[in-house]
Amino acid sequence: MEYAPEQEAFRDEVRAWLDENLTDDFRALGGDAGPADDRDWDQRVVWERILGEAGWIGMGWPTDVGGRELGLIEQVIFNEEYAKANAPARVSFFGEGLLGPTIVALGTPEQKARFLPPILKAQEFWCQGYSEPDAGSDLAGVKTMAVLDGDEWVISGQKIWTTFAHHADWCFAVVRTDPDAPKHKGLSYLLVPMDQPGVEVRGIKTIVGSSEFNEVFFTEARTAKENVVGAVNDGWKTAMATLGFERGTAFLGQQLKFEEEMRHLIAEAQKRGRTDDPVLRERLADAYVRLRIMRFNGERMLTNLAVKGVLGPESSVGKLYWSTWHRALGELATEVLGADAMILGDGYEPDAFETSFLASRAETIYAGSSEIQRNVIAERVLGLPREPAAN
Amino acid sequence: MNFAFSEEQDALRETVAQFLEQKSASADVRTLMETTEGYDPEVWKQMGAQMGLQGLHIPEEYGGQGYSFVELGIVLEEMGKRLLCAPYFATVALAANAVMNAGSDSQKKELLPGIAGGETIATLAFTEPSGKWGADGIEMTYEQSGDGYTLTGEKMFVIDGHNADLIVVVARQAGTSGTEGLSFFTVAGDAAGLTRTALETMDMTRKQAKLEFSGVKAELLGEEGAGWAPLSKTLDQAAVCLSSEMVGGSQQVLDMSVDYAKVRVQFGRPIGSFQAIKHKCADMLLEVESAKSAAYYAAWAAAEDNDELPTVACLAKAYCSEAYFHCAAENIQIHGGIGFTWEHDAHLYFKRAKSSETYLGDASYHRELLAQRIGI
Repeated sequence: MEYAPEQEAFRDEVRAWLDENLTDDFRALGGDAGPADDRDWDQRVVWERILGEAGWIGMGWPTDVGGRELGLIEQVIFNEEYAKANAPARVSFFGEGLLGPTIVALGTPEQKARFLPPILKAQEFWCQGYSEPDAGSDLAGVKTMAVLDGDEWVISGQKIWTTFAHHADWCFAVVRTDPDAPKHKGLSYLLVPMDQPGVEVRGIKTIVGSSEFNEVFFTEARTAKENVVGAVNDGWKTAMATLGFERGTAFLGQQLKFEEEMRHLIAEAQKRGRTDDPVLRERLADAYVRLRIMRFNGERMLTNLAVKGVLGPESSVGKLYWSTWHRALGELATEVLGADAMILGDGYEPDAFETSFLASRAETIYAGSSEIQRNVIAERVLGLPREPAAN
Repeated sequence: MNFAFSEEQDALRETVAQFLEQKSASADVRTLMETTEGYDPEVWKQMGAQMGLQGLHIPEEYGGQGYSFVELGIVLEEMGKRLLCAPYFATVALAANAVMNAGSDSQKKELLPGIAGGETIATLAFTEPSGKWGADGIEMTYEQSGDGYTLTGEKMFVIDGHNADLIVVVARQAGTSGTEGLSFFTVAGDAAGLTRTALETMDMTRKQAKLEFSGVKAELLGEEGAGWAPLSKTLDQAAVCLSSEMVGGSQQVLDMSVDYAKVRVQFGRPIGSFQAIKHKCADMLLEVESAKSAAYYAAWAAAEDNDELPTVACLAKAYCSEAYFHCAAENIQIHGGIGFTWEHDAHLYFKRAKSSETYLGDASYHRELLAQRIGI
């Protein structure tokens, strides 16, 4: 990647700020905690608020809603430097990355004034109420209902796989507001406060043993009538707009994390004398090849967007690519560890490699499973015909 | 590194694509692949004299256009897409690079203008019957005779070896091994004592020959005994060039698959509406796009001639060759019965994918080389 002088100057600014503010206490929280990992949550919130004070949250948002209107390249540079500095995993993803941009694009002036400032200062945290027990990949099948009762929506139903719901102040939820309309038509996108009697959050213990995912039960939960983003019964459009932001600009930072993991794995293999094994050597080299190409794909997408203003086909493969790669790396890591991979730390505490091996099983499922990714690539990029729907 | 092509580069791609659409349509490929020479001298002349393609990345002082490996990569990608039957890869990606890497300034001045102008067809003869792609595959020895050199032995898998006017040969000093004692030589295609036999190549769109040397007089190219560094670099550059070519072929077979999946109807629906086919196509797209990213990055590293070239050359060759082969194989599967006929072009790409995957060493070979080069 070639960066313009002013972009290099911005990089220097980011580095200098991180040097000054990322004290050892905070640096110690960095490392392997991923975006769906809530270890050290409270300290990470303190750090997030420092980021917010310095204007590093929502830096790409328009200035009239409190952002800095920084370009994509600058956001990528920030994420790269952030990853290189081994700063703590971000806790504001759902607000900054998903709900915020959705409100910027489709929200009312009142919604912008109410909800964006607390995101920018890391004062309010969000969770995403999309999936339900019977609506996973087929999101439009949601059954959670909302009916108007005077000036309030009354919401009943169940959401699931709700990351960080136990830390969230608010939930942006896709709910059914017209049960008689066709599947995609009767949905609305509601903003629901979490701290109320009608909301119950239960943790789901995952394959890793951790509980960052939750079930959320709405039992006549309430939110104000005006807390709908987009039109009532037009929530599918809003929900899809949110998913469009999911790609975000964090990918190069994430790729740097992966590079670090790759380096550690090669070092581990060398330490254990496993690199004499020609099969393992080749698999390590293969993982390295695919890791570098992950970066090339990201840089190519970014350059084409910056120079030509278009997202090329390379932009569509990112999620499928990284989740598949990381899953394979986790498997490779267990082979490098050999018999030691069978033993965890006391208290069922997996090490970084074992965590990748286990947690990566979720990565090819959440945020659009690999199968859904392939459907999307085939239909939207390659123009293959949609499968006739059964309903 | 800048992954976005300039307007000038896009224009070059468009010009070459249009030319090849005219000159390397399926019918042209099928006609030429049935001949022993495997190319059309008229088209070759047009490529050289009119379009300057053979001299694209050769410096202007040696009669070329002075562009870089990035532009060469663009041209090769388009050629790969159309399975161009011509001694372009052998002449430009192998021989011209070898001369530029190994030759003295006066030798470059003597040899390169003919290549750049399209008058000289050239190739690089380094592999032998063992089929090894590294230094240890070179067993042929040279002998000093009077003030010159002679070559005796056999070279195999020499691309366009039977067509070449100029053959760049790598041989070793007797008693040396590995990367020691290697030297480059040039031999005229019609030299006395040289027997050239065209081979029956599975991939009929790219011809190969066996060359038997029996006391053939040869000119030393560059410095005696210092051949490994320029050879290694030439092989890296060639791997990058071949990666570009494979990217073009990969895109073409993906396009063929998608087009067919949209129109072929079974069970009352286009087969492209079935997830079994969709997911194949999606995986192919991921591979094609990733192969492009790798090949473009590698072409840039070659153009810069930077420290990354040895690693990214291996990386690109390993990834692009597997991607191309996989896509070409899936293309046959998606086409069903017609896919394995002679009549359909799918087999031409499948065979080119296999020969390209094998040539210069397959993906496993390059992953091992990469492992060594990044210190695994």
